[in-house]
Amino acid sequence: MKAARLALRTLAREWRSGELGVLLLALAVAVGALTGVGFLVGRIGAAVALQATSVLAADIRLRSPQPIGAEYFAEAARRGLHSARATTLLSVVFNGDASQLTDLEAVTAGYPLRGRVLLADAPFAPGVPAQGIPPPGEVWPASKLLVAVDGRVGRELSIGAAKLRIGRVLIARPDQGGTFAELSPSLIMNAADLPATRLIQPGSRVTYAALFAGDRARIEAFEIWLRAHKRPDERLRDISDASPQVRNAVDRAGRFLSLASLVSVLLCAIAVAMAARRYVHRHLDTVALLKTLGATRRFTLSVALLQLLALALLAALLGSALGFLAQEWLLRTIRGLLATPELPPVSLTPIAVGFLTAVAVLAGFALPPLTQLVRVPAVRVLRRDVGPPPPLTLLAFGPAIAVVLLLIWWMVPERSLFLWVSAGLAGFVAVLTLAGAALVALAGRLRGRVGVAWRYGVANLARRRAESLVQLVAFGTGIMVLLLLGIIRGDLNSDWRRTLPPDLPNYFFINIPPDQRADFIAYLHGLGARTTRVLPMIRGRLTAINGVSVESTPRGREDRENFATREQNLTWTAELGADNRIIAGHWWTPADFGKPLVSLASEFQESLGLRLGDHLTFDIAGESVEATVASVRKVKWDSFQPNFFIVFAPGALEGAAGTYMTSAYFTPGTARSLAQLARRFPSVSIFDIDDLLGEVRAVLDKAALAVQSVFVFTLLAGFTVLLAAVQSSRDERRYESAVLRTLGASRSIVAQGVLAEFATLGALAGLLAAAGAVVAAFYLTREWLELRYAFELWPWAAGISGGALLVAAGGWLATRSVVRQPPLTTLRA
Amino acid sequence: MNVTTTPSAAARAARDHVLKAENLCKQVSSPEGPLTIVADVSLEIARGESVAVAGPSGAGKSTLLALLAGLDLPSAGRVWLDGTDLTGLDEDGRARLRAQRVGFVFQSFHLIPALTALENVMLPLELAGNPEARRAAGATLQRVGLKERTAHYPRQLSGGEQQRVAIARAFVTQPAVLFADEPTGNLDSATGARVGELLFELNSNAHTTLVLVTHDRGLAARCARMLHMEGGRLL
Repeated sequence: MKAARLALRTLAREWRSGELGVLLLALAVAVGALTGVGFLVGRIGAAVALQATSVLAADIRLRSPQPIGAEYFAEAARRGLHSARATTLLSVVFNGDASQLTDLEAVTAGYPLRGRVLLADAPFAPGVPAQGIPPPGEVWPASKLLVAVDGRVGRELSIGAAKLRIGRVLIARPDQGGTFAELSPSLIMNAADLPATRLIQPGSRVTYAALFAGDRARIEAFEIWLRAHKRPDERLRDISDASPQVRNAVDRAGRFLSLASLVSVLLCAIAVAMAARRYVHRHLDTVALLKTLGATRRFTLSVALLQLLALALLAALLGSALGFLAQEWLLRTIRGLLATPELPPVSLTPIAVGFLTAVAVLAGFALPPLTQLVRVPAVRVLRRDVGPPPPLTLLAFGPAIAVVLLLIWWMVPERSLFLWVSAGLAGFVAVLTLAGAALVALAGRLRGRVGVAWRYGVANLARRRAESLVQLVAFGTGIMVLLLLGIIRGDLNSDWRRTLPPDLPNYFFINIPPDQRADFIAYLHGLGARTTRVLPMIRGRLTAINGVSVESTPRGREDRENFATREQNLTWTAELGADNRIIAGHWWTPADFGKPLVSLASEFQESLGLRLGDHLTFDIAGESVEATVASVRKVKWDSFQPNFFIVFAPGALEGAAGTYMTSAYFTPGTARSLAQLARRFPSVSIFDIDDLLGEVRAVLDKAALAVQSVFVFTLLAGFTVLLAAVQSSRDERRYESAVLRTLGASRSIVAQGVLAEFATLGALAGLLAAAGAVVAAFYLTREWLELRYAFELWPWAAGISGGALLVAAGGWLATRSVVRQPPLTTLRA
Repeated sequence: MNVTTTPSAAARAARDHVLKAENLCKQVSSPEGPLTIVADVSLEIARGESVAVAGPSGAGKSTLLALLAGLDLPSAGRVWLDGTDLTGLDEDGRARLRAQRVGFVFQSFHLIPALTALENVMLPLELAGNPEARRAAGATLQRVGLKERTAHYPRQLSGGEQQRVAIARAFVTQPAVLFADEPTGNLDSATGARVGELLFELNSNAHTTLVLVTHDRGLAARCARMLHMEGGRLL
């Protein structure tokens, strides 16, 4: 209690005197960097989960071949959940004589519970979100259906025994799902019209679905209830079925951003250690006095600990606020990235994490010097030269290293990555320190060749060698990550511009019947479209690997299960596309044509652990086909050309009945010609990826911006190091400045000296940063992004001049008051 | 001065004296080898007595004071403070004893800059767990003539005022022994004289034992006994 009172009383006073500002700032920036990323990743993750549920049009979807009983809906209503019904069946839709097999979806009010239905007034036109469901008597057919049967908005369509009016054109519905091949054009109608169609007869293939959505906790509870009460033939789907790949992508991106924020946290930790050292230095007398007056070691330690705890709490609050504002701003910038217009609310977890971070950073970096403080002997009140005994090396650096490792483990809880990051960090700091020491020594040697102000400034750098090194490492790291991001972003953009030229295929066509293939391609050319390769496509299922049934092979990983059990699209071709690269085995020669050989995409091969020479058995239209793995390909999927996981050698599958697929580029505003195409080739399915391409380009830009904004925290953290360093040398600087001015140096000479010192420091840090960034960029672009690295001069110029300017400006601002103070005030004090 | 006694007899003798030192030695290591700062000092100071320790700079006066107050431990010898053997206590034990029995006044005042005058005076009482700290501190500040300055921080006070706050802080616990290390050393002669006046006035009112290290001959002359030190030895 006594300790708490004294701790808070002196803390408040020290805060007013500016003593704790740097410590608090460094902590707040560390917390801000971590919580900002935490908030961001949490909210984007939740948004992506919501987006994923839109594939179900609900949070959970119960599917059944039988009509679904009312008791489920009653239970959902009792639990405060929203619900709707969707009944789907395949039927032929007529307009006069024209007909089209259609995927009918009859829905009740509320549909879709998640995601949006997009409507337009003409086929293939841009869609706007629908308000509600079609009123009774009205249907919303998809563009292709409307074109196929030559229908118009306002006219009627015959569906079974009923005639229903075309209200709008369906552009997209969330639960479209399905794979390319299974897709028939869809039509949404009101469930109230279903009886009049008389389509549901005994034996007709109807799927009944119950849709539920609501508050997450309630949904989870309801899901448990539903699993216990549902009939065996009723299938339940939830978010986890919806989109595991997207979740993985978010996790990976989150981990990358967390690692990025870790750099800021570590820099701040350096600032905290420097500020704590100064704090200890300035409090040696006070603690000695407290001991003289009768305070025990426990009491003085309690005071120090309580002050730290109070600081941690304050920093957590400030930092969380900073982090929240940062992520709010970031989310606004990247809004278009997310399909859901409303963002899920912020979770409070990052604030707790922020507090723990602040405590951990203090414990690792501020506590060791503080325990030194407690060891100061009372006799210091009489003899100023007596300080605390030197600490054990283990005690001085052990906690800091432990905290750093703990933070890294928390960010990357995977053993190999953890080891890589830790070793990389240690190596990086070691190299930077050695290079920094060499540069500082070199600068010290060269100082004889410059004027008095520069000599004084550079001499300072060499004299405060330890501080200069710490600052070099801190600024070097901060500037390096910013430069690295700049380089990679530039590389990414130019490479994407190369691979995503404006005339990239923007439409995919599948289900092209073999006998119409030539006609279809000629027709596309006639419309002015630029086509890509045309590949055959048949469906098949992998049934055995080396004679062992895939059903009996061990399962586990989701993608493995997907690849093993999903029906695959298969193709054959003689030529290897430019967007495919053989990474193992050999591509076939004409001598191999007709042999049972197969080439696999690396994703497929890796997930099933297949090797060259393995024998795969496929079930293709009821027939068993065997093939040997002859090669593995790395596929650039973003070429937007037809590509397949599994490619057979020509002649191996030619007997099987299949269709063809291709992609093509149409100039914008092609709705009319596409409608003609759909009418001319009714069985061909058309996929518009123009919007997707636009989104991909936007996503890249915005993602790069988001990552760069996270690194702004790194720069901020670098500045806290500068502040801490300047603060720790402030008394000394004040004294030196006074002596210099007493000896006749003008204020401007002293100021020039300070500027020279910081500019040199910044330039050296920039030089190191540029070297580090170029090496890292070279490695990252080649190995990780698989792009070509182009050597450029700008990172060097930007690093050196930017570093000099930034650090000089920051250092000047921080030492201004020291230089301005009249010498007499200092010397008298 | 050298008295040869058995430990138990010494302890008995210590009870009669508020301070007793026996064969005190303090050695420190230096680049030139071990350096003796206090050599074989034995002394006894009676309750209520005022003693000045004088001598040239580097004579070991401040080190002797530190040893007598238990701020430092001797290399050899023993010290009894109000009947308790300081050399047998650990650092915290000595701190607790100081909180109850000892007051200090220093040359450079040693006020805590983050605390007001009142809070500085309250500090030793709070450390000793006195619930009346605020009232007692206020009363003591009034006695040293700083009633109007209670809410001021040290840097807002003059040197003389700061030393008066330090004296108030030293007396507020009504210590058995008051140690003063050059209490007027940082003050001009007129202010120093007033501070010295106050020190002796409070001392006689409170019947406190005063041990004073000083160069100030006038101040030393006001003490009942004067010890002279040179080269680490009492002359």
